[in-house]
Amino acid sequence: MALLQISEPGESTAPHQHRLAAGIDLGTTNSLVASVRSGVAETLPDREGHHLLPSVVRYLPSGEHQVGEVALQQAAGDPLNTISSVKRFMGRGVEDVKRLGSVLPYEFIAGESGMPLIRTAAGDRSPVQVSADILAELRQRAEQTLGGELAGVVITVPAYFDDAQRQATKDAGKLAGLKVLRLLNEPTAAAVAYGLDRGSDGIIAVYDLGGGTFDVSILRLNQGVFEVMATAGDTALGGDDMDRAIAAWMMEQAGLGSDPDHGLQRRLLMSARAAKEALTDSEQVELTVALDDGGEWRGMLTRQHMDRLIEPLVRKTLGPCRRTLRDAGLDRTDIREVVMVGGSTRVAKVRSMVGEFFAREPLVDIDPDKVVAVGAAIQADILAGNQPEDDMLLLDVIPLSLGIETMGGLTEKIIPRNTTIPVSRAQEFTTYKDGQTAMALHVVQGERELVDACRSLARFELRGMPPMTAGAARIRVTYQVDADGLLSVTAEEQTSGVQAHIEVKPSYGLSDNEIERMLRDSMDHAEDDMKARRLREQQVEAERVLEALQAALQQDADSFLNREERSAIEQAAAELAELRDGDDHRAIKNAIERLESVSAAYVDRRMNANIRKAMAGHAVDEFK
Amino acid sequence: MSSTLTRNYFELFSLPQQYALERAELDARYRELQRTVHPDRYASAGDQERRLSMQQAAHINEAYQVLRDPLRRGRYLLELRGHRIDDQQTTHQDPEFLMQQIELREALGAIRSQDDPLQALDRLARDIQAQYRALESELARVLDEDEEIGAALTLVLKMQYFMRLQNEVQELEADLEDELC
Repeated sequence: MALLQISEPGESTAPHQHRLAAGIDLGTTNSLVASVRSGVAETLPDREGHHLLPSVVRYLPSGEHQVGEVALQQAAGDPLNTISSVKRFMGRGVEDVKRLGSVLPYEFIAGESGMPLIRTAAGDRSPVQVSADILAELRQRAEQTLGGELAGVVITVPAYFDDAQRQATKDAGKLAGLKVLRLLNEPTAAAVAYGLDRGSDGIIAVYDLGGGTFDVSILRLNQGVFEVMATAGDTALGGDDMDRAIAAWMMEQAGLGSDPDHGLQRRLLMSARAAKEALTDSEQVELTVALDDGGEWRGMLTRQHMDRLIEPLVRKTLGPCRRTLRDAGLDRTDIREVVMVGGSTRVAKVRSMVGEFFAREPLVDIDPDKVVAVGAAIQADILAGNQPEDDMLLLDVIPLSLGIETMGGLTEKIIPRNTTIPVSRAQEFTTYKDGQTAMALHVVQGERELVDACRSLARFELRGMPPMTAGAARIRVTYQVDADGLLSVTAEEQTSGVQAHIEVKPSYGLSDNEIERMLRDSMDHAEDDMKARRLREQQVEAERVLEALQAALQQDADSFLNREERSAIEQAAAELAELRDGDDHRAIKNAIERLESVSAAYVDRRMNANIRKAMAGHAVDEFK
Repeated sequence: MSSTLTRNYFELFSLPQQYALERAELDARYRELQRTVHPDRYASAGDQERRLSMQQAAHINEAYQVLRDPLRRGRYLLELRGHRIDDQQTTHQDPEFLMQQIELREALGAIRSQDDPLQALDRLARDIQAQYRALESELARVLDEDEEIGAALTLVLKMQYFMRLQNEVQELEADLEDELC
C-alpha cells in the first residue's frame, strides 16, 4: 500500500496548483525578470530576444512613456525627459540628490514630503513612479510569456540599501500592481542561484558590483540554508562611476570645459561605457565623440590607462570587503569561494584586484548579469507555494544599525548591523524633565555616534503620558524588522500603558494614501478600477486564508481543537466562503478578521507543536 | 504546555540548562527551528499566521544570539538564577584585574606609534582573545559545577571588560585599515 503524504507545516495540502511567480532584478543600469518554468529558473527575453531591459524611461509630452532600449536610444537627443539610473534616487531626499547634483542632467523639484520629483514633459515624476514604470514593463513581459497573471514576485535590492530605500522599492512594486512576496538582497539571490547549482556547503563571499551599487556579503551554506553572516557595501558606487571617470578623462583630452551640456554629457558617457566594455576583450580602443559644433573628437584609450583611471574606484570596494570579514569574525582563508556578480565584474581590473584581496581566483563562469534574477525567481517560486518539498531557507541580516536619538544628539543603537532578521528588540528610556508628558522619538539608521551623521528614518511622538518626576517614567521602545528588512517601531509608557506605533514610513517615502491615489490616477476608469482591485485583493486574501485553514484542519484538527472550537471555526469559515463570492470587499475583510480571531488559539497551538516536533528526539537528558 | 515565546531559551532549543554547549549542535537546531517557523514558510498563509511566524522567528533569532555568545549566555544563566547584570555594570573589587585592564588600554593607546601598527594590534588582539577564552572556561566550571554565584558574577563582569576592549580593538583595526590600505 502506498504511504499517505503529509505536507510541511504552513504548506497547503490542496491539490497542486501552479501559481505564476517571478523574480525581478531592478538594476541601476539594466533590469531583468526571471521565472521557474518546467523546473528550470531562467530569465525571460522580450519579443526581440533581449533579456536585459535598460532601466531607462522616457516621458513624452503626450503623457505617454517609453521604457528600455527605445528610451535609451533617445537619451542623447532628449536628455531631460529620459530618466536613467533612477535607482540612485530611491528613498533619497532632495538634499541627497543635490549632493549628487553635478552629474545629473535632470531638473529636480521638492515634492510634498521632501521627496524629490523629476520634471519631465509628461509631468513631475518621483523616483518611485519611474521605477514602477520599469517594473510594469517587466510584469507585462512576464505575464505575456507565462500566459497569465502573476501571483507574486520577489524584487531584489542591494544588501546595503537602508530602510528608506527598501520601502521605496516595495512601494514601486505596489504601484506597478505587483504582489511583492519578498524583498531579497542581491548577493543572497546570487548565492541561491550559485549554491543550488553546485549543491555545495561552506562559506562563500559574494562580490556584487553593479551599475550603481556595490555589495559584498559573506554567507554560510549548509544543506539548503543560506545564512548571511555579514554584509557591507556602498549604494552609490558602481560601473556608472567608472564611465564617469573615463568621460572626465576624455573631456580633459578633448579640451572641453568642465561643464558640457546635457546632450554632450550623454554622448561622452555612452562612448565611455562602450570603451570600457570593449576593453574587456581588447588591449586598446578608439574613441569618437560628436561635438556640439558639428566636429568630432577622436582619441585612443588603452586598457592599462583605463585601469589607472578606475583603480581608485575598485580600491574603494575593498574597505567593505575587509569589514564584512571582520564582522563575520573570519579570516580571508576561511572563504571557500568568491562569487562575482554584476555586469561591472566583467572589468578585468576588478577581477584581478578582488582575486588579489581574497588570495584566490574569483568565480566568473556564471553570467554576472542574470544570476540575481535567477536566484530571485527560485525564491519566488518557493514563496508562491510551488515547491512544497523544497526546504531551502534564507536567513538574512540588516546591513546598517538601527538606533534612536538620545539627549545631546547622540545615537543609541537598538539593533546592531548584521543582526539576523526578522528581529525584535526593546529598550527602555526615561524622561528628562519633571512633568514631561510627551516624548519625541527620532528613528535613525547608521553606524555613527552623532545623529546628524546617520540617516533619519522617521520621527514620531508619544503623547499623553501622566506627568512624573524626571527619570520616573519607563518608556519601552520596540524595534521590529520583518523578513524584508523593513522596520516598524512602537513606544509604550509602562506605568500608564500609553502607546504610540509607527510603520516607519521614511521621511522621503510615500504614504499608503499617496500610493492609492497614484494607482487611481494611473487607471482609466479610476473609481471602478479601484473598487474592482480592492475586491480582488480581498478575494485573494480570503482564498489564501481558507485554503491554509482547510489544509490545517485536515491535518490536525482533532489534536488541537475540541468539538465546540472546531465548529466555531468552521462556521466562521463558511461565512467567509459565502461572502467571498459577493462583491463587498469590506464584508470580506471583516469576515477574514472574524475567522482569524476565532482561530487564533488554534494557529498558536499548531505552531508551538511544530516547534516541539522539530526539537523532538533531542531530549534534554541525552547530554547528561 | 507553555507557549514558545515564553519558554526559556534552553528549553526552546531542547538543550540542558548549563553553560557548556556544543556549538555545532546549537547551530543545527537553530536551522531546524527556523525551517519550521520562518516567515518564508508561511508566505501563502493568512495575515495572522504570518505575523505569528514572524514573532516566533524573531524570538528564535534572539535566543540563538544569546546562546551562541559566551558572555550573553553567561549573563542569561545568571538571570535565570535571579541575578540580572546590565551592560554598563562594572566591578571595582579586584585591583589586580583593574591594573591589568589599565595596562591593556595603554597598550591599545600606543598602537598607532608602533612601527607596524596593524601587526602590533594583531598581537594585542590575540592576547586579549586568549584571556577572554580563559575567563570563558573558568565561567563554565563555576556555573556548571555549581560553585557559589558570586564567583560567576565576578567572571561575567570581567568578561564585559574584555568585550568592550575587543570592540575598541576592532574599531581601531577598521580605522587603521582604512588609513593604510
